[in-house]
Amino acid sequence: MTDTPAPRHIPDRLDKPFNSAIFSWEALLVAVAVAIFAVNSFASPYFLDAWSLSDLTFNFTEKALIALAMALLIISGEIDLSVAAIIALASTVMGMAVQAGAGTPVLVAIGILVGLGCGAFNGLLVTRLGLPSIVVTIGTMSLFRGIAFIILGDQAYKGYPPSFAFFGQGYVWWVVSFELALFLVAAAIYWFLLHRTSFGRRVFAIGNNPVAAQFSGVRVGRIKFILFCLTGLMAGIASVLITSRLGSTRPSIAQGYELEVITMVVLGGVSILGGAGSILGVVLAAFIMGLVTFGLGLLNVPGIVMSIFIGLLLIIVIALPILWRRVRRERFT
Amino acid sequence: MDTTAQLNPTTEQPLAPAPRLTLSGISKSFPGVRALHDVSLSLYPGQVTALVGENGAGKSTLVKIMTGIYQPDAGTISIDGQPVTLPSAHAAFGHGITAIHQETVLFDDLTVAENIFLGHAPRSRFGTIDWRTMRKQAREVLDTMRAGHIDADARLKDLGIANKHLVAVARAMSIDAQIVIMDEPTAALSLKEIEELFLLVEFLKSEGKAILFISHKFDEIYRIADRYTVFRDGEMVGEGLIKDAGQSQIVRMMVGRAVDHIFPQRKAEIGAPVLTVSGLSHPTEFDDIGFELHRGEILGFYGLVGAGRSEVMQAISGITRTSSGTITLEGKAIMPKSAADSIDAGIVYVPEERGKQGVVIGLPIFQNISLPSLKRTSKSGMLRLAEEFALARSYTERLDLRASSLSQDVGTLSGGNQQKIVIAKWLATAPKVIILDEPTKGIDIGSKAAVHGFMAELVAQGLSVIMVSSELPEILGMSDRVVVMREGRIASVYDNKGLDAETLVRTAAGIAA
Repeated sequence: MTDTPAPRHIPDRLDKPFNSAIFSWEALLVAVAVAIFAVNSFASPYFLDAWSLSDLTFNFTEKALIALAMALLIISGEIDLSVAAIIALASTVMGMAVQAGAGTPVLVAIGILVGLGCGAFNGLLVTRLGLPSIVVTIGTMSLFRGIAFIILGDQAYKGYPPSFAFFGQGYVWWVVSFELALFLVAAAIYWFLLHRTSFGRRVFAIGNNPVAAQFSGVRVGRIKFILFCLTGLMAGIASVLITSRLGSTRPSIAQGYELEVITMVVLGGVSILGGAGSILGVVLAAFIMGLVTFGLGLLNVPGIVMSIFIGLLLIIVIALPILWRRVRRERFT
Repeated sequence: MDTTAQLNPTTEQPLAPAPRLTLSGISKSFPGVRALHDVSLSLYPGQVTALVGENGAGKSTLVKIMTGIYQPDAGTISIDGQPVTLPSAHAAFGHGITAIHQETVLFDDLTVAENIFLGHAPRSRFGTIDWRTMRKQAREVLDTMRAGHIDADARLKDLGIANKHLVAVARAMSIDAQIVIMDEPTAALSLKEIEELFLLVEFLKSEGKAILFISHKFDEIYRIADRYTVFRDGEMVGEGLIKDAGQSQIVRMMVGRAVDHIFPQRKAEIGAPVLTVSGLSHPTEFDDIGFELHRGEILGFYGLVGAGRSEVMQAISGITRTSSGTITLEGKAIMPKSAADSIDAGIVYVPEERGKQGVVIGLPIFQNISLPSLKRTSKSGMLRLAEEFALARSYTERLDLRASSLSQDVGTLSGGNQQKIVIAKWLATAPKVIILDEPTKGIDIGSKAAVHGFMAELVAQGLSVIMVSSELPEILGMSDRVVVMREGRIASVYDNKGLDAETLVRTAAGIAA
C-alpha cells in the first residue's frame, strides 16, 4: 500500500471527505448526544422545554469556554491543571475591586487580566525554565487558590453592581443566554484558529514531534507560551461569568472544574498524548456533558454520584481511543 | 608465551590455542538491508582481536548477535567447541559473554557494588541480599583489577566514564566472564584514561580472557591487539595477526570495495563564495571551525562519529548556540538564534535523525512538506491548502516519491520515502544553502540514487550544498571538495581530484601518511 509502483502523479487525498466524516469520532459524539437527548426526554417530562434546555447550557458554557483553549494546549502536548484556581483568584481580585468601589467595566477588565496574568506565569515557568507543565500547574493550582483563601478566609465578597449580573444571568435573544452566545462565538474563533491558520498547524506539529517542529523553524517556546496565555485568558473570562451568575465570591468557587474541563477536551477526541483533536469534537463533548449532568439533576441524582460519574467518564474516554487504536493495529498489521 | 602452543608445534599458527568463541557463517538481514553475510570470527583466550570496518560495515550488528540481542538468520556460534544458542541477553551473560559499550549500560542510581552484582548478588540464609558480603566481594574484584580507588558504595552517576568502564569490567570479572567485547571503549576518554584502560586490557589478557576490541583508532589497535578482522559492507574481508599487517593494508581492506553504485555525472560550475564560516567555536563540541562554501558546490564533510560535524552544522543553522565565531551569508553577517532565523536567512539543515528531528509522524505528507514554508503558503496567517498541495506535489514528484496520496501519514512510508519527504520539506523553503546530514543513511539503494541525482540537480541550479557523510563512496562520488574533521577541529581540506579513500580515512583517524 505504501510503495505502489511509480504513480508519477500523487493525488491530494484518497478518501472522499464524506466517508472519513461518517466514521469519525465527531460522528460518534453526535450519535451519543442524540441518544442521551432521547433518554432524557423520556425520563423527565420537564426536559423538552425551551427554558429547560436553556438552563441546561449553564451547566457547561463556563467550563467549555476554558476547554476550547485547553484543547489547543493539550494538542501541543502540555496541560494546565490550574484553571479552576485561576477562576478563584480572578474572582477574589474582582471582589476586592468591588469593595474598593469599582464599576462593571473595570471588574470585567480585572477578571480577564488576572486570568491572562496567571496563564502567562504558567507559560513562563514551562517555556523559560523547561519544567513539565503537569508539575508547574499542580503547583500554581495550590498557589492561586491559596492566595484566594488567604485574602478571603471563610468570608465571601458580595455587593456586585446590578449591571454586572448580565454576563452570567442575561439573555441576548429569547432563550439564548449571553453565556451560550459567547461560547458559540468563541468556539467559532477557536475552530478558525486551530483548523484554518498556520498557528493552528504549528500547534499540531509541536504536539506530534516538538523536536522536528523546532528543526522546521517553528518557534516552539513562543507558541506554547501563547497557548498558556490563552488558557489563562479563557479562565479569566469564565471567572467573570461565574462570579456574575452567582453574584458572590467564595475561595472555594469552581472547585474541581479543571477535571471537568479536561474530561470535556478528551471526550471531544483530543489525544491526551498531544498531536490530535478538533474543536468540533470539544463543542459536541461540552453539550454531551451538559446533557448528562442536567439529566441526572432532573432525576434528582445527588452531586457526589455525579462526580463519580465524571471520574468514570474521564477514565473511559482516555482509555477508549487508546484501546480502539490498539485493536485496529492488531487487525491491520 | 602460551605453553600449549609450544607443546603443539605442528599447527600452522604456533601462537594460536583453540579458540574460545567461534562464529561461523553468520548472516543477518533487516527489511531492505543485508547487515551481515556469511561472516566468521574467532576469539582466542588471552588475546585481543581488533574488529575494524567503516560505519555500517556490520560491526554493531555482530556485537548484538554475540550478546543475544539479535538472532542470526544463519550460522553457528560455539564456545570452547560446543555449539550454543544465545536467544537472549541473559543467555549470553550466562555463557560468560559481556560487552562494554561506548556509553556503558549500567544503572546510574545504583551503587558500584549493586551494579557489579546485579542479577547475581550473594544471598543470605533467608534469601535476601547479603549486603556485607556483596560489598566485600565488590572491593575484592576492584582490587584485583587495580581499581581499588573506586568506592564500592558510590553511586554510579558520580563516577567518570573511565571509572564506569572499570565497573563494567568488574561486573564481567564477577561472573567470571571469559569473553569480553569492548565496543569503542575509548571514544569518550581522555588520554590518561585511555592509558588506564589499556592497563586493564593487559590485565584481562593475563587472566586468559578472550577480548574483542572495536575501535576506529589505528594507534590503539596496533598498541594492544594481537589479531585483526576486517569487515566491509557486512562481509568479512580479511583477518590475521596484527604484526603481519601494515596500517595501509588494513585501510585498503576497509575501503577497497567494488563500486556498485553509479554517481551522477555533473559539470562543476563553481561560483563565488556564498557562505563563509570563521573561528566558529563551542565550549565542548568544536573549536575554531572555518571554511568557505561556493555557489554551485557540494562540500563534503568527512570524519569519524563524534568528530563534531553534526554539531557544527546545527550551530550554523541556529539550532545550537556557539561561543564565538562569525557566519557570513552572501556578504552579510548573520547570527541565527533559532532554526526559524536560519530558514529566513536561507540556510536549511536537513537533520540526520530522520524520525526524531526530520519528519512529524502523525501529520500527512503535504503538511510535513509545508511546515517550514508556512509563511509562504499561508496568507496573513490563514492556511491555503491549494498552495500547500501544489508545493508538496512539485517537490515529491521531482524526488520520485512513492505514496498513494499526499494526505497519507508519513509514518506509513518506508525509510527511503520518508527521507525524500525530509529533503523535500527543507528544499521547499527555497534556500541558498542546504546542509544534508547523512542524507542516505539507512535507506535502500534506489532511494539513494534518487537523492544523489537530486543533489546534482540542485547544484546545477546554483544552490550550494554541504553534505555530512560517513560513507566514503558517497563523499568521493558527490563532493567537489572534502573537509575532514577530527576531534572537533578541521584536520584538512582536500580538492576532490584524484583524492583516495585511504587519505581520508588516515586523516580522520589521525594516522600519519
